[in-house]
Amino acid sequence: MKRLLLSSLVILIGITFLGRLSYLQIFSFSPDQIAEDPAIKTIYDYPERGYIYDRNGKLLVGNDPAYDVMVIPREVKPLDTLEFCSLLNLEKEKFIKQLRKARIYSPRLPSVLVHQLSKEDYGRLQEKMRKYKGFYIQKRSLRYYDTNSGANVLGYISEVNERDLAKNKYYVQGELTGRTGVEKQYEEILRGRKGVQYIQKDRFNRDIGPYKSGSLDTIPEQGKQISLTIDKVLQEYGEQLMVGKRGGIVALEPSSGEILSMISGPTYDPALLVGRKRSRNYTKLYNDTIANPTWDRSILAQQPPGSPFKTLNALIALQEGVIDVNTTIRCYNGFYVGRSKKGCHCGGGLRNVNSGIYKSCNAYFAGTFRKIYEKFETTDEGMDVWEKHMKSFGLGNYLGYDLPYGQKGRIPSKEYYDKWYGDNRWSSSYIISNSIGQGEVLATPVQLANMTAAIANRGHYYTPHILKKIEGEAISNPKFTEPKHTTIDRKHFEPVIQGMADVYRKGTARWVQIPDIEIAGKTGTAENFTKIDGVRTQLTDHSVFVAFAPVHKPKIAIAVYIENGYYGSRYAGHIASLMIEKYIKGDVTRKDLEKRMLEKTLEHEYAKPYSGEEFKINEYVW
Amino acid sequence: MSGKSVLKRIDWLSVLFYLILVFIGWLNIYSSTVTEAEPQILNFSALHGKQLFFAGASILAILIVLALEVNFYERFSSLFYLIAMVILLGLYPFGKTIAGATSWYDLGFFNLQPSELAKVATALALAKYLSDIQTDIKRRKDQLYAILILLIPAILIIPQPDPGSALVFFSLLFVIFREGLPLYYLGILFLVILIFVATLKFGTLWLTISLALLTTIFFLIKRKTFKVPIIPFASALVAIVLFSLSVNFVFNHVFEQRHRDRFSLWLRLEKDPKKLEQIRKTIGYNTYQSEKAIESGGLIGKGFLEGTRTKGDFVPEQHSDYIFSTIGEEWGFLGTSLVVLTFTFLFLRLIHLAERQKNPFSRMYGYGVVSILFIHFLINVGMVIGILPTIGIPLPFMSYGGSGLLFFTILLFIFLRLDANRLKESF
Repeated sequence: MKRLLLSSLVILIGITFLGRLSYLQIFSFSPDQIAEDPAIKTIYDYPERGYIYDRNGKLLVGNDPAYDVMVIPREVKPLDTLEFCSLLNLEKEKFIKQLRKARIYSPRLPSVLVHQLSKEDYGRLQEKMRKYKGFYIQKRSLRYYDTNSGANVLGYISEVNERDLAKNKYYVQGELTGRTGVEKQYEEILRGRKGVQYIQKDRFNRDIGPYKSGSLDTIPEQGKQISLTIDKVLQEYGEQLMVGKRGGIVALEPSSGEILSMISGPTYDPALLVGRKRSRNYTKLYNDTIANPTWDRSILAQQPPGSPFKTLNALIALQEGVIDVNTTIRCYNGFYVGRSKKGCHCGGGLRNVNSGIYKSCNAYFAGTFRKIYEKFETTDEGMDVWEKHMKSFGLGNYLGYDLPYGQKGRIPSKEYYDKWYGDNRWSSSYIISNSIGQGEVLATPVQLANMTAAIANRGHYYTPHILKKIEGEAISNPKFTEPKHTTIDRKHFEPVIQGMADVYRKGTARWVQIPDIEIAGKTGTAENFTKIDGVRTQLTDHSVFVAFAPVHKPKIAIAVYIENGYYGSRYAGHIASLMIEKYIKGDVTRKDLEKRMLEKTLEHEYAKPYSGEEFKINEYVW
Repeated sequence: MSGKSVLKRIDWLSVLFYLILVFIGWLNIYSSTVTEAEPQILNFSALHGKQLFFAGASILAILIVLALEVNFYERFSSLFYLIAMVILLGLYPFGKTIAGATSWYDLGFFNLQPSELAKVATALALAKYLSDIQTDIKRRKDQLYAILILLIPAILIIPQPDPGSALVFFSLLFVIFREGLPLYYLGILFLVILIFVATLKFGTLWLTISLALLTTIFFLIKRKTFKVPIIPFASALVAIVLFSLSVNFVFNHVFEQRHRDRFSLWLRLEKDPKKLEQIRKTIGYNTYQSEKAIESGGLIGKGFLEGTRTKGDFVPEQHSDYIFSTIGEEWGFLGTSLVVLTFTFLFLRLIHLAERQKNPFSRMYGYGVVSILFIHFLINVGMVIGILPTIGIPLPFMSYGGSGLLFFTILLFIFLRLDANRLKESF
């Protein structure tokens, strides 16, 4: 025993030490060494964020250098405060207060003393800065907007939050990231890659020299400049037209799927979310929950599409062979569903595809819709076929465009109605409203525009997209460059397009003709409801219009959705015709109409549900 | 006797372990003191250069130790002891104060730390006393004398103040135990430490309850087989409870705050995270930094001269008491386990050598050597890796320090000299 005492103790301690060391060095060891090491300081070198241009090379978003005067309180030596303050255009009291604040934050770390000097001040100060120990000027770069439109499409950048940090290891506290729109979608292209420099420190936080002689350091990679498919002129024009109105406009180039403009009303000046006033402005915009300017209606507002939807029902009926161009249906100033009569404004009489479309006859399309379902033995089968055709136009699901947000819209399926009414307890008359774009169908403006582009192309579309070029090189993503085909044969489009062209010539939109340009379009008037104090209340109809032009070789397809704008041609139709003229001709000849559209607002309509008083809807006030 | 024959019979395995440790030690001293401006190895104004000088001096010392007559050490051990004690005493009027402790003589070219010398002398003197034919360790008086031999230098060193070095002398108790001091002394000592720690960690109440529970169970089981002496048993229990209460008193009223902090850090007593953070930044700073440095080394370490925390001087005293954390950071688990294993094998080898001595003096001195080296290793590494409270003593052969390296070398090689002669009967 006495001989073994020391030996066993030696062995015991040896094992204990090895156990503790393996715990420390093997089990507690975290491989993320450099980030946690207090002896290594990481300095980042930020590249300039990429510029954003429009489709014609016009600048949309650039950068503005901003100069902050920084201070490291510990390094400040006694100075001529008065002279320094006059250089900085700063009052002495303010200067002393800022300095005290900086010292409280940290004596060793830099704080901002003066935010965002002008370039002139910077030039004047730069040479004299050396005199003042502990102060230096740091160059930063802020987003600069060469337009006051496109806020929601372009998006904005802001500081990363905890969630971003957890999601993406690239970012560190205080860095900026694209938050919405293109800035978010193409963050990595625009951002570039920051350069990293590791500095070895001692325990007094002094720099000793580069860590590993700088072998791990990287140089920054510049952010790339991108060109959008947006037409700056059209975008700005559309936003001017939208002043005082709520809704969305999406214009596409049918032959490529490029988004020419994407307008949401009301909107805001993107410059509001830059610089010193950013957070105050953001709160203001964010808290406006009624007008909701930060909510991009062009891609997020799911609304009943209204009459433009009739064109698709006509196409499906033609494709399924349940009607031909000569099939007629009589309109009795309305139509019957069981015993109840639903109204129609077309004037009554015999209707075929052509007049059904240009007069927007509800009775004709209700009858056509029934015919589609009657072709099949069960409603379920009819529903499946109808749903398949509809979805082939990019409705009822995410379109797949390159913006970070979206909504599916809705093309109801048989499962949807089974859930609603019960299995086999519904028939085509239950869902007849879908024939005229009311009922259960919902679509966003971008989906309506895309649907119109598919019609303009006579049966196919290109997925809408916003990115045209990266560093001058056109995109080659097959997702955007290869056509998607609808389930409707090409030959069925002509009669429908003829009907849409007649909408202008002699139909519901004959007031909005553009000289020299042949347009095909379809008006829509969508009933809508809201809840006021828990009571379902109808509001003034939404004004909807889809169109493309020219009819042959279309250059633009557009969907305009004006909330509570009353009937289709009233606001949406006019705005669409102005947009088309502006895009194709470069200028608008109908100055009176333009002036009226720019000046008219719908604020009185939007105020109605909040007035607390009884109100009339669909008033003919012009 | 010729030096040549000594070299033939010396235990080369121990020498190899010794050389490994000194080499690794110097390498890491170099790493923790070198600056990029002056990377030369032979720079005697830098600490690593000085240490290299002392390594050379140690080789000289080894040659002298091996050249001397083998019975020289036994014969003059009492004299060495006496001289060592006088030198220790002399510190009080003549010593040089560094960092608050008067533990050095300024010899011009280097500072001599006599407590290192006293370790060698005390080990020799204790071996000499215990191996005396008239000493009977079973006798109380002789036990007392033996303990007095190691108590005197400890008492002389404590007021320097250098409680760490003083503690080292108690390791020589292992020698006395080996030579027959009843082991229940050790049992009592162990019990005292256990109660002390348990009281601090769990409190007197829980200690009493669990003790009472254990005794009851013991009674119920053993009741039939033998008659339990109730009165001594009960009084032992009462003594324990009283001792536990006194521990509380001593801890709260006799200890100073810094002592309390060390214990609360060691035993993880502090539950308030704010105060814990405070302790970490002040009294526990060294331990925290050295643990982190070791942890950051991982399995294979960051590589020689690549330790960022070492370069940044985050661990104080990293070239001396905290040298092990440099090894941990730069050489990883491979390095630290190599050092721990080398020490363990060295100790086991030395114990083996001691046990095979025919001469009791050699055996006892051998035990003394192992005890002293072992307690340094235990306390130093235990402190650096955060399982023992902070007590500042060096890691033998590895920590920076001229006196340390020189006298640890002499301590070891006197024993290797004795061992080399074990087969020769003539003294």
